[in-house]
Amino acid sequence: MDESLMIRVEGLFKRFTLHVQGGAVIEALHDVDLAVGQGECVALHGPSGSGKSTLLRSLYANYQPSRGKILVRHGEGYVDMASSAPRLVLAVRRETMAYVSQFLRVIPRVSALNLVTEPLLDLGAGEREALDRAKSLLTRLNIPERLWGLAPATFSGGEQQRVNLARGFCACKPVLLLDEPTASLDAANRNVVVDLILEAKAQGQAVVGIFHDEPVRDAVADRLFHLEAA
Amino acid sequence: MNRDPQYNFAYLDEQTKRMIRRALLKAVAVPGYQVPFASREMPLPYGWGTGGIQVTASILTDQDTLKVIDQGSDDTTNAVSIRRFFQRTAGVEVTTATDKATVIQTRHRIPEHALAEGQVLVYQVPIPEPLRFMEPRETDTRTMHALEEYGVMHVKLYEDISLHGRIATSYNYPVLVNDRHVMSPSPIPRFDNPKMHMNPALQLFGAGREQRVYAVPPYTSVKSLDFEDHPFSIDTWDEPCALCGASDTYLDEIILDDGGARMFVCSDSDHCSRRQAMAAGMDSDHRAGSPAPAAGTEAA
Amino acid sequence: MSAGPLIAAEGSGNGSARPLLAAESLSKWYGLRAACRDVSFELWPGEVLGVVGESGSGKTTLLQLLSGRLTPCGGRVFYHDGDDVVDVHAASEATRRGLARTQWGMVWQNPSDGLRLGASAGANIGERLMALGQRHYGNIRNTAVDWLRRVEIPEDRIDDPPAAFSGGMRQRLQIARNLVTAPRLVFMDEPTGGLDVSVQAKLLDLIRSLVARMNLAVVLVTHDLAVARLLAHRLMVMQGGRVVEQGLTDRVLDDPLHPYSQLLVSSVPRV
Repeated sequence: MDESLMIRVEGLFKRFTLHVQGGAVIEALHDVDLAVGQGECVALHGPSGSGKSTLLRSLYANYQPSRGKILVRHGEGYVDMASSAPRLVLAVRRETMAYVSQFLRVIPRVSALNLVTEPLLDLGAGEREALDRAKSLLTRLNIPERLWGLAPATFSGGEQQRVNLARGFCACKPVLLLDEPTASLDAANRNVVVDLILEAKAQGQAVVGIFHDEPVRDAVADRLFHLEAA
Repeated sequence: MNRDPQYNFAYLDEQTKRMIRRALLKAVAVPGYQVPFASREMPLPYGWGTGGIQVTASILTDQDTLKVIDQGSDDTTNAVSIRRFFQRTAGVEVTTATDKATVIQTRHRIPEHALAEGQVLVYQVPIPEPLRFMEPRETDTRTMHALEEYGVMHVKLYEDISLHGRIATSYNYPVLVNDRHVMSPSPIPRFDNPKMHMNPALQLFGAGREQRVYAVPPYTSVKSLDFEDHPFSIDTWDEPCALCGASDTYLDEIILDDGGARMFVCSDSDHCSRRQAMAAGMDSDHRAGSPAPAAGTEAA
Repeated sequence: MSAGPLIAAEGSGNGSARPLLAAESLSKWYGLRAACRDVSFELWPGEVLGVVGESGSGKTTLLQLLSGRLTPCGGRVFYHDGDDVVDVHAASEATRRGLARTQWGMVWQNPSDGLRLGASAGANIGERLMALGQRHYGNIRNTAVDWLRRVEIPEDRIDDPPAAFSGGMRQRLQIARNLVTAPRLVFMDEPTGGLDVSVQAKLLDLIRSLVARMNLAVVLVTHDLAVARLLAHRLMVMQGGRVVEQGLTDRVLDDPLHPYSQLLVSSVPRV
């Protein structure tokens, strides 16, 4: 079996039951199978409501599938994100999987620089090394130096998203999940993101993303994974 | 004085005395541990030594010789009253000489003259609980003693040092008895604390208002609490006693006039007058041309 | 994927084979009312477990049961002290108090409950050290200064009593007092309750960094989902004394499954 396989989704179902709305049921994912290998970028593709975001979040264990497996290569073995103990899932997130959400979750009093270095420091990297890497990423993403020491609460949407991206790319983890990475970016920064994704792929990282921007998708995706609304 | 027959011996009834003696036995068995007892109504108010009196009353026999001191002196009001009380209710011999007493009741001092086996020193205690100032709840302090949780005692000493640069507690200085219980030695000056250690006499403590007795058996370890870098130390004076010349006793300061004149005098009146008597005896011996004083009166 | 084994939890992450704290079917009844019903979970070193729910859900009762302050009607609590397992409620009071002084911390919502109000800040921090037998004034004071720095209280306040501090400073002092013995497990009951938002932010930041740096395990009771999101790795949602849902914090908050969890999350404007 292929050792370069990083993610394997088997028979994934996700049903939301909205108790607050009188028990309305939404079948978001129906029997999804997906395989993603090292160095490849898979773009989740489908109309609104087809479950792209649900699938991406499920890979990160941010959503709990109703049925099925999400196997992620972790170290020498693999972990089922859908059914593993929280601390194991956290270990996978810390070492193996990065997730760049659509919106930066701002932590009060933590500077942009510290937000970006945190994942690398959690892996045990030295502070010097982490800072250098963070600074170079922030520079590439056109975040001016005067903002580095500030907490991003007062940044623009685009600036916040670029800090978010820097944080996601900083630690070069084997799997990278991207949810609309270029949504609030101008053309120049979109190109930077494209370059970052291509570099990640070249280093062997597996990338799964949702890209509404077609040119970006065409530039980075090796294949499209189609989802349909249930 | 003859014993007044209208009172039971030493005032208390026999059952009460037995009850207190049982408590004292328990206290002796666990040095420094506060034993509750049912404090009786005494013919003087709380705060005037009812605890000490009840302890003395419980252990007195008609063979005893009693000395009572208050702040080191035999002739202050309280000492006189208590001594007369026992003369009247027990008819015992009384004395001011420390070495002649079998039972010594004291408030706030330990006699300067070293005690011997067979003697009993009874202390009057206002607040027996050394942790009380930091922990007002009785339930908590009992648990702390039971579990040897004495960190808070050093908190008090720490605060002294941070406020005054040194441990400023000058009396009622807490001690560790038999390496187990922290005890309040009653409001004796810290100067007296070392005398409690390995003392050949039996030391009993009575608190009437708080209804506790505790004890330090003969030859028991009593260590004053301190820090490694702020060790326990006793008080010193710049001058010796103005009356007897002693430089190793606890001195009281006596104001002589309103111009600020003062002198320092031994607090232990018996000890001071003996020293004066000895010095006078030596003088008269000298004047009479008698042989040199015996070896014991001079440093070798 | 057949290359490589399926990793089960025991061999992962932080390398320890046993949970630090384990609750088994904990229950506490007051007459006919169940304050806590059949609560079980495991807590591992370095994990922050948030317990959320509304007033009366049983969160604080659970905390009291776990820390040995309240005796359960049913169930047990186990604490792993190195190689030893301590059944918290079967152990002697001396053992419990010893643990509470060394390996555990307890941060109360009202800092006055967790401080010695009659002692200075320095004495408050140094007390545990003195209780453990430290007898060098200079060293104790230096440790207190160090901790004041870590919790961002100006050093020159070391001799001030807690009454002279603001609420936020008192809370930070309480944290310092608890952490000076480097405990492995800390119980926190609404640590940011009653504080201004900016003061809260400072305190949360402090707790976050101390937890990470000292690899603390924490049981954090809070009704504030934003605090839970920020500090907790895992969440337990309690309702009527029962745990109705548990899992990773972001999973429970972003994909709540139980009706009560959904109600809780939807009741907050933006978590």
